[in-house]
Amino acid sequence: MSTAEDITFKPESLEKAQQLMKRYPEGKHKSALIPILHIAQAEFGGWLSAPTMDYVAKILNIQPIEVYEVASFYSMFNLQPVGKCLIEVCRTSSCWLCGAEDIIDHLEKTLGISVGETTADGRFSLKAVECLGSCGTAPMMQVGADYHENLTIEKVDTLLEKFRTEDKQSRYC
Amino acid sequence: MSKKLLLKNDHIPGINTLAVYRQNGGYSVLEKTLTTMTSDAVVEEVKKSGLRGRGGAGFPTGLKWSFLAKPEGVPRYLVCNADESEPGTFKDRYLMERIPHLLVEGMIASGFALGAKTSYIYIRGEYFYVAKILEQAIEEAYAAGLLGKNILNSGFDHDLYVQVGAGAYICGEETALLESLEGKRGNPRIKPPFPAVAGLYGCPTVVNNVETIAAVVPILEMGGDEYAKIGIGKSTGTKLISASGHINKPGVYEIELGLPVEEFIYSENYCGGIKGGRKLKAVVAGGSSVPVLPTELILKTAAGEPRLMSYESLGDGGFATGTMMGSGGFIVMDEDTSIVKNLYTFARFYHHESCGQCSPCREGTGWMERILHKILDGHGTLKDIDLLWDIQSKIEGKTICPLGEAAAWPVASAIRHFRSEFEAYVQNPEGIKDIKHYYRLNNERAVAG
Repeated sequence: MSTAEDITFKPESLEKAQQLMKRYPEGKHKSALIPILHIAQAEFGGWLSAPTMDYVAKILNIQPIEVYEVASFYSMFNLQPVGKCLIEVCRTSSCWLCGAEDIIDHLEKTLGISVGETTADGRFSLKAVECLGSCGTAPMMQVGADYHENLTIEKVDTLLEKFRTEDKQSRYC
Repeated sequence: MSKKLLLKNDHIPGINTLAVYRQNGGYSVLEKTLTTMTSDAVVEEVKKSGLRGRGGAGFPTGLKWSFLAKPEGVPRYLVCNADESEPGTFKDRYLMERIPHLLVEGMIASGFALGAKTSYIYIRGEYFYVAKILEQAIEEAYAAGLLGKNILNSGFDHDLYVQVGAGAYICGEETALLESLEGKRGNPRIKPPFPAVAGLYGCPTVVNNVETIAAVVPILEMGGDEYAKIGIGKSTGTKLISASGHINKPGVYEIELGLPVEEFIYSENYCGGIKGGRKLKAVVAGGSSVPVLPTELILKTAAGEPRLMSYESLGDGGFATGTMMGSGGFIVMDEDTSIVKNLYTFARFYHHESCGQCSPCREGTGWMERILHKILDGHGTLKDIDLLWDIQSKIEGKTICPLGEAAAWPVASAIRHFRSEFEAYVQNPEGIKDIKHYYRLNNERAVAG
């Protein structure tokens, strides 16, 4: 099993993390925790393992528990491995009113998985998420950092085809 | 009632760049402010404008600014709340994406008014691409000497940073936002002390919504008194409305406050009427948290007056027959919408987003979601409707932050105005499969089952 000692950021990520820490007053560099966790998640396969979080704690010179308690609070941080392409479909009011359930049903059927699961080949993970602020262009899904709006079944199929070869899981990079 | 102050230039190609923004008068207000006004004079103009917080609470902005403590030798902070997570709301995203420099200009002018040398824009993590647009705008502003040291030779120094969140509705609550900005879980703080006294890093802090800060620019351009002439009564100025649901033209509209609701829904200048020529059933006028109103009460007050898009008119009648302006997230539902199912999506949302600090909210939101699920599944009883009512009443007012109320009000209002629909679900479970509560794409209604 890997430990924090085995994990290091690429030099440019480390540089980015150190720049981020300078944005805050002296002694308040813990403010950089969430942005750095985004970098870590993007760099280490789209999720945060315990050793990854320990490594982030080391960079920030804080206790590992301070990282775990934050990582487990925010829905964008994945504490389990995810597919190379993370599909998140909004299901709250306006999206539901405009057919989000059809989009979810179609994705489940096409990918052969249920919401919350990853395909056996590790390519796609499917999540149903709460309002992403795209209500006027509903239904919508977010794939990686990108918003795909005014969805139709045909549009979803075209996107899926594209994502069979394109990795889409990282965000803050 | 067509008056554009914030979005008057949003159609101009390249307005997101500094060059085009400046060609259209951008940063002239900042220049005038920094070179001819004192910070107290800026606060005074904002007070005179009558501007009220556009994030949802509607608290007078000038008054909020005047509460800011100013102890010697202690830094003050300005934080912009760009966490926009209230279901039905997407106006800030539109504004930041289209005219990022309007927010940047507003931040610098507001920072000057408050004596803040550093400010942060806290933006929800999912809006990552918008954060990039803002960072680009900020970089341009630094390069042009509009940020950094001695801005426009005024002697005023200001640094502005974008902070990205990571998915948590609760971080739109200002003290939760500050906790998150400090690198912690987004648990709201017990107040007092208010952020104006002890906010970011324990220092005096003002937290304002994106639209509020952007509105400071036109206020300083025309003067507070002139701004106050726009709108109606104590609802001064313009407001961005996010319109969604079963309407022909969803999108972000800037309206002059006081516009009749009926005109907003049916005019071709705004929502363009209900999709497919269907009838209106209900509206959630100010984001998921505010009470839902049936057609007769959203178009007219209980007294029969036309309902207007203003803080006072939307609130007329209290919660018995009125609602709230909220964030301006305007969700429209047509005649075949299941109010129970829509409420379920809200209840599931609040359960998911409760931070878990206060037991009435942590436990109550889960109970409400599960009971609604049970009713939708055909296993509900009449007692469950009373139980829902009882639970929401035991959350409201009993939590540290307003997420409790936000979760309770949609449930209370749905039962208040649509009780017969809940009863139909529990009294005729077999009939549920004939209830058109399942929306298909292309807005076809399909009978479930």
